Amino acid sequence: MSLLSLIFGEKKKTTAAIAKERLGLIITHEGGKSGQPGIDLKALQQELLDVISKYVHISKEDIKVELEKNANLEVLEVSITIPEAQPKTA
Amino acid sequence: MSKVVVITSGKGGVGKTTTSAAIASGLALRGHKTAVIDFDVGLRNLDLIMGCERRVVYDFVNVIQGDARLSQALIKDKQCENLYILPASQTRDKDALTEEGVEEVIDQLRQMDFEFIVCDSPAGIEHGAVMALTFADEAIITTNPEVSSVRDSDRIIGILQSKSRRAQKGDEPVKEHLLITRYSPRRVAEGEMLSYQDVQELLRIPLIGVIPESEAVLQASNQGMPAIHLKGSDVAEAYADVVARFLEEGSNEEVLAKRPLRFVDYEKPGLIKRIFGGK
Repeated sequence: MSLLSLIFGEKKKTTAAIAKERLGLIITHEGGKSGQPGIDLKALQQELLDVISKYVHISKEDIKVELEKNANLEVLEVSITIPEAQPKTA
Repeated sequence: MSKVVVITSGKGGVGKTTTSAAIASGLALRGHKTAVIDFDVGLRNLDLIMGCERRVVYDFVNVIQGDARLSQALIKDKQCENLYILPASQTRDKDALTEEGVEEVIDQLRQMDFEFIVCDSPAGIEHGAVMALTFADEAIITTNPEVSSVRDSDRIIGILQSKSRRAQKGDEPVKEHLLITRYSPRRVAEGEMLSYQDVQELLRIPLIGVIPESEAVLQASNQGMPAIHLKGSDVAEAYADVVARFLEEGSNEEVLAKRPLRFVDYEKPGLIKRIFGGK
């Protein structure tokens, strides 16, 4: 904790609130009522790979596709790492 | 018609056996003929909590393997007229609980006119836990307000919804109830513990009760007396409320409105109490 926040008493999140937030992210993934049946993450990943491979050399491992679920919204997170940006000479 | 009720949780140490003993006793105290079965083969403990460990002669596995009749293995509770205990086996391997064997025992209990058959599940999601929930009509998911317990409860709800006989056959699903145990209103007020509302919101199944954390539970298990018998303790009253809600007809909102939660609010101790101490 920085000196300033010590002095001014920055409002800290309770540990219970942190617990709830963490659980909120994992729970609907694991439970019986889990998942979004509409989204095929594997297919999405493959298609992204196909498109991006037209321009850059990347492998499957460089594309991460994750679906996170909150109480009232879902976040589709796609992260693409380009090893050493080397555009294809088309 | 008999009703099969599984007490389950996924995680160990959250209070399944304490809850099984208390709820089975509570149902019997209200005049319902009840049997409580220990499914924790190899690690039997329900007999100790019920205080009948020295009267165990035959067990669940003996009955399944045909070494004893069910009536020989059932132990009559010493405190409640209508309550019988079927202890788990202590030594044999876990696969001794076959699905056909368990079904046969449950069918026999039905024929003996037991109104409630309470199944005390072992921890985990292995064979024993699955057997305990397979024949359930209703499930009480015992959960502590703590991250690993909540996640494991979520897992076991998923298993209930896929592996129970009702799910397999496409019948009306197992009726689920959330029971929160070891609850500390003070720690919730101070932001150190998930509130019962938080847990309910995360797991999204109807809440049947909240049992406060209490020293009385250890005192009860020391003596082999189900916690519901500890007169005047908040734990005994909270369990009695759970049993009453369980027997009540109507929606979860109606049931909770009729019999509101108790022991969930924290009163800050006054100045005098803080100076002079006291519990």
